[in-house]
Amino acid sequence: MIYTACIALFVVGLYGICCKKNLIKIVLGFIIMDYAVNLFIILIGYRKNGIAPILDKTMDVNKFALNSVDPMPQAIVLTAIVIGLAVTALMVAVCVRIYERYGTFDITKIRKLKG
Amino acid sequence: MERYIYLILLPLGGAFIIAALNAAVKSRDTRNITADILANLITLATAGIALTSFGINGSYSVGGWPVPLGINLAADGFSILMLATVNTIAFCATLYSINYMDQYTSKRHYYSLFLLMLTGMNGVLLSGDLFNLFVFIEIASISSYALVGFGTEAEELEASFKYMVMGGIASTFILLAVTILYSSFGVLNMANISQAISVSSQTPLLKFSLFLFIAAFSIKAAIIPFHAWLPDAHPAAPAPVSAMLSGVLIKTLGIYTMIRIIMNIFAADVSILAPLGIISIMIGVLLALGQTDMKRLFAYHSVSQIGYIILGISLGTPLGILGALFHLVNHSIFKSLLFLNSGAVAYRLGTRELNDMGGLNKVMPITGGTSFIASLSIAGMPPFNGFFSKLIIILACVQAGRPGFALWAVAGSILTLSSFMKVQKFAFFGKLAEKHKQIKEAPLMMSISVVILAVLCIATSLLVLPKVKNIVLQPAVDAVLAGAEYAKIIR
Repeated sequence: MIYTACIALFVVGLYGICCKKNLIKIVLGFIIMDYAVNLFIILIGYRKNGIAPILDKTMDVNKFALNSVDPMPQAIVLTAIVIGLAVTALMVAVCVRIYERYGTFDITKIRKLKG
Repeated sequence: MERYIYLILLPLGGAFIIAALNAAVKSRDTRNITADILANLITLATAGIALTSFGINGSYSVGGWPVPLGINLAADGFSILMLATVNTIAFCATLYSINYMDQYTSKRHYYSLFLLMLTGMNGVLLSGDLFNLFVFIEIASISSYALVGFGTEAEELEASFKYMVMGGIASTFILLAVTILYSSFGVLNMANISQAISVSSQTPLLKFSLFLFIAAFSIKAAIIPFHAWLPDAHPAAPAPVSAMLSGVLIKTLGIYTMIRIIMNIFAADVSILAPLGIISIMIGVLLALGQTDMKRLFAYHSVSQIGYIILGISLGTPLGILGALFHLVNHSIFKSLLFLNSGAVAYRLGTRELNDMGGLNKVMPITGGTSFIASLSIAGMPPFNGFFSKLIIILACVQAGRPGFALWAVAGSILTLSSFMKVQKFAFFGKLAEKHKQIKEAPLMMSISVVILAVLCIATSLLVLPKVKNIVLQPAVDAVLAGAEYAKIIR
């Protein structure tokens, strides 16, 4: 169920990138798509009623392995969020500069390149 | 094996030192000169390490954590061949930048981004871990997005945004595919995944992730249905960056990763790529014929030449892969030479429009001569390198029982020749316009850099000799053909 929501979010983002005519909306579509993937990564490691993946000396190793959530996707998602932030920041910066040059966010009017 | 870590550490450290020069050095001129010297020393060092590494295979665990707990770097014949190409081109491009980047205001930011891009590419080639591969792809991509828009003129920003959106979608696909693989096998190490796939059944989930990988790397490599960003982005960048993008970036992020993942990890059938290759060859060259902007014409030729590489790979035979990898090396040399030449012309004339040029051979003999060599190479004229690699690809098509493919490859080559005859006739031969009489040859460093590449154009044709081939190309071909045997490199 929640995986379906994740895919729906991904498709919404892709739709935003493909069909919207405003630069900012395209950036928002990209962010939504990025977050859909981040959500997907977190869901992989999720376990219902799981415990934090920190092994205490008092715990039994086998019981720990059965109950804890997977820490790897959490490490991955942190990196993915940081990378997403970098791309988004650069995109917004370029959008601002494009607005300075063209005076518009409408991609149908930003067409100096063709052929 | 420790030597390979320096290929990542040197440019990464250099990038941050150069970015921080602001604090240490007060005068603007000294700052630029320091940045020049530092960047060139670093690329010279990485090129030296990469070029002396032939035959040194192995893997290295970063931080001493053994596989599969830690991250590892792995080098086999294929990555070593790519590393040598990438770092040589990077050295020529930085040498060229010393004079060329004087036109722009912020030289040290340029070098900083350039070295980050180099870090990303070296990392992609060495990474033995899928998520790490994604991170390095992103380092290289993000710095290349910024470099494409470096001039901050209207066209450059537009091209940069287009490239960024396409590249961003591709990166998201890669991340999704990597996580799907992780959810299936619980490891991220490429060798371990490769072993796991070879014993597991082909579930729909695995096929979906392979599909995502192919789509994403096709966008990064600009194979035809996904090529829309390339003809905008490559001409918009400063000339040395165009040379890096067209010469090595699309090959590292697109072709290398695609081959590694399809053939070494999934060990899947590659013949599906053949139609993509043919379409890229033909449509790329036909679109190039109609261009009058010099750099845009070269960019369309990149699409077309990538088609040759894909065609060679898709045959899956030893000869086809040999031809493809040989063409990959050659294309990075002559295409970066062509872009550097177009930069030299633009530096002196201030235009890239072919109709405004003419007779430049009289005033810019070095640029004219080297671009003549590069044009003959890309068009496949003997004795230059492009002839041999195209010949091998065509022979491989016939040998694999696909004479139809060979015919398309020959047709593409003839059209390439005609389009480069157009470039030579409009730009370098013919009558010199009165207003261009005062033009001088390109500055010293730019000339040295293009001469090095022109010599390499002739020198790399020696790679067909069996003795040289066995050292340089054959280990790469063996590494690609080994398929899932790749896993054995990890100790």
